[in-house]
Amino acid sequence: MAAYDTIEARRGWLLVSPTALFVLLLLAAPLATVVSFSFFTQDFLTVDYTPTLNNYREAFTDPIYRVLMLRSLWISGLVTAVTVILAFPIAYFVSFHVAPERKALWIFLITIPFWTSYLLRVFLWKVILGFNGVLNSSLLGIGLIDEPLTFILYNSNAVVITLAHAFAPFTILPIYVALEKIDRSLLEASQDLGESKVSTFFRVTLPLAMPGVVAAVLIVFIPTIGDYVTPRLVGGPNGLMIANMIQTQFLKLNNAPMGATLAVLAMCAVTIISLIFLFFNRRYLR
Amino acid sequence: MRGGWLRVYAIGYLVFLYLPVILLPLFAFNEGTVIAFPLKGFTTQWFVELAGIQALHGALLNSLFIALITASLSVLLGICAARASTRYRWPAKGPMMGVIMLPLVLPEIIVAVSLLVVIVQIFDLPLSAWSVIAGHTLICTPFAIAILTSSFQGLDLSLEEAAVDLGESRWGAFSKIVLPLVSPGIVASFLICFTISLDEFIIAFFLTGAEPTLPVYIWGQLRFPTKIPAVMALGTLMLVASLLILSVAEYFRRRGVRRIGGKDSGGFL
Amino acid sequence: MSAIISLSNIEKYYGEYHALRDINLEIAEGEFFSLLGPSGCGKTTLLRVIAGFETVSSGAVMIGGANMAHVPANKRPTNMVFQSYAIFPHLDVAQNVGFGLRRSSMSAAEKEAAVTDALKMVGLDGFGNRAAHALSGGQRQRVALARALVLQPKVLLLDEPLSALDKKMREQMQTELRRLQRQVGITFILVTHDQEEALIMSDRIAVMFEGQIAQLASPQELYRRPNTRRVGEFIGVMNFLEARQVGEVPDGVELEIEGLGRIDVTSAQMPEGARALADVIGLRPEALSLVYEGQPAPVHSVDAEVLDRAYYGDMTYYDMKLQGCSTPVTLSMKNLMSRQVLEPGQTARVAWEPGSLVLFASD
Repeated sequence: MAAYDTIEARRGWLLVSPTALFVLLLLAAPLATVVSFSFFTQDFLTVDYTPTLNNYREAFTDPIYRVLMLRSLWISGLVTAVTVILAFPIAYFVSFHVAPERKALWIFLITIPFWTSYLLRVFLWKVILGFNGVLNSSLLGIGLIDEPLTFILYNSNAVVITLAHAFAPFTILPIYVALEKIDRSLLEASQDLGESKVSTFFRVTLPLAMPGVVAAVLIVFIPTIGDYVTPRLVGGPNGLMIANMIQTQFLKLNNAPMGATLAVLAMCAVTIISLIFLFFNRRYLR
Repeated sequence: MRGGWLRVYAIGYLVFLYLPVILLPLFAFNEGTVIAFPLKGFTTQWFVELAGIQALHGALLNSLFIALITASLSVLLGICAARASTRYRWPAKGPMMGVIMLPLVLPEIIVAVSLLVVIVQIFDLPLSAWSVIAGHTLICTPFAIAILTSSFQGLDLSLEEAAVDLGESRWGAFSKIVLPLVSPGIVASFLICFTISLDEFIIAFFLTGAEPTLPVYIWGQLRFPTKIPAVMALGTLMLVASLLILSVAEYFRRRGVRRIGGKDSGGFL
Repeated sequence: MSAIISLSNIEKYYGEYHALRDINLEIAEGEFFSLLGPSGCGKTTLLRVIAGFETVSSGAVMIGGANMAHVPANKRPTNMVFQSYAIFPHLDVAQNVGFGLRRSSMSAAEKEAAVTDALKMVGLDGFGNRAAHALSGGQRQRVALARALVLQPKVLLLDEPLSALDKKMREQMQTELRRLQRQVGITFILVTHDQEEALIMSDRIAVMFEGQIAQLASPQELYRRPNTRRVGEFIGVMNFLEARQVGEVPDGVELEIEGLGRIDVTSAQMPEGARALADVIGLRPEALSLVYEGQPAPVHSVDAEVLDRAYYGDMTYYDMKLQGCSTPVTLSMKNLMSRQVLEPGQTARVAWEPGSLVLFASD
């Protein structure tokens, strides 16, 4: 029934209008501006408002942009996969193996590190992973390695580790919520119908938890593209991402149109990949 | 003990989660000027040093101001949207709420860049605390809506109708029944938004004016190795403050659950 | 008795959906009135129209002789007991009951006395300081009642008030509600989907289907003379057998009924104002009975076979196949010690009572 009570509809719209106006003015309009800016050009401080596709041509032909974009998507994808795969067992553990009265405590424990200053967390990972860092000196100390590990700092591995840490609560929570919603008698029913515990997990638990997994994937993948702190601090020259370039274009090179173009392209890439991902998982989301 | 290997894994994961957090106070109280092991002796000199940095105090005040305004605006806007979506049926509700919640999944750099373009290039306005507030309110409002929606949803619609039936006006029913019952949600969402704004860097870095916010100040300090022990001390203090705020938020949330006589089921978000 | 509520030509649309169709109803002062029907029939919508929570698309609502068109819910002389009871969780019992008294001109002491009296009336004497969430379902219901009655409304509206209670509690509250209504003497309007509950409690019942009032009658009338097959099916159990009119007799007609044969019925049994009879008759299970061995077979009886039986303790319900009748019928027998309970497959003679035939008008 797509019928609306007119009084109710009017009240609803009236009530939501402040928030809606705010979002339209401060998000929709600026986004539209960025899109239009991507068709302009800028020479030092003066913007040339003649529409042109030059920025896009440059973005697609100049290898530095292509490399950064592909690397960003690759790192974001990797971060997403690592984070979600690491997080799922935790969500599963808290939901299925922790006594109900202790669940809130576990969730609280998981979210606490998230409230440390983001900058400092990234910085501390640099300290942990560095040449003379915590990890290397401990491993050296207990004699597990002979010389410091170098493959974990100033490259994309470091970015992946650091971001997997940063997004941990954002992945655990939606999966946990999805798992909590599963009626436990469904699992008993599955075993009653002859499935083992393992096959019950793959035939019942996992499909029912998929909405949470899908949410977690999107929550990690999309913002990761826009992060420039982590690549700058722990990524080294080969770990830089598209967001660093956007930041440079805007704040250092004074080339807002090029920055806008890259932002639009990054947004489009993320949106397309997310939509494809949603399309392949659509049967879980009904 | 239930869970077996899963429990071992969970504890290992917690170690991974807490690794950087534990280092923070360790280095804050470490006498050595280099952030590396082995630790030297115990000292509180870095905390003392903090008290003397004027720029830091400015940044802190600036951040507190921004966080306060951001949290207030976000909660107000959040109440409007959460109430409209839970209480009324109106056309295009799904798409509208989708747009409002969009900043939750939008890369923060996009929010920052688009506001920057509009403020600087279009309107040619100076960047200030208010530009940061605009950006922060944009990303905090969806969080406020998420928390408030669950508060409003838990409310039986007939409670409000009962108040009207017993003689209250619509506003009276809202202020005497609805507001008291969702007030824990309001407090919780306010504190969450406050904390998010206080810690946000990506947007603040783009939109901050002459007066930096606290994270922008810290970012500047990270380049100077000699300043880092003091930054660690500062980070420790911020962590303690965050935890205090969160404990208060959690307290209010639980009280809310208890007040409605419901069962506690998990924490924030 | 004068009408306290008068509804005329009420129509309610939700967009395309026609929720209430031409409702005309008068409810008397002091009456216990029930709106009965399956879910989605519009009974709750109608109650909410009276309370002022729904606006009508057209038609007039009069309460106590005054038109309610522009009177909002908080200004109407009606109070409601909600299905979920809607006990304010952040207030204690006394604050809940006293909630609506805020605007009255009573002194604080008078208000307190009114609250105490109301709690006493519903049997919750001394519960004033209890927290709302510490109450059981039955106690919540009583608080909801006290909270509404303390305002001395002209009409008390009850929206499925007993559906959340277990069977024993429900039966107890049915009696109590009836007692309360007699005690306070105001009009109660009850919405329910439970036909038994409506029969037990009401002075009059309006049966609703698809937004329309199908029949408006006293419980006895409704049970004995349902005006359509659908009402008969909804209220209690009823057997339906094919019938056709085969002739006219003085003051009545002759019917040929499937399995039962030919029978004369008097015009008193015919539905009022009917021009033609429907091709089906109704027969309640208690109008059929088993004839045990040794008893003389009555004139109106047929051979039958037990298909199935359901034993209820006080009663046994049999599904019987009557000879020459394709439709199985249900009959009920009281379980006296001397009566043997028959098993499926056994045969017996079934007697029936012509005076209990229910005739319907054809559409």
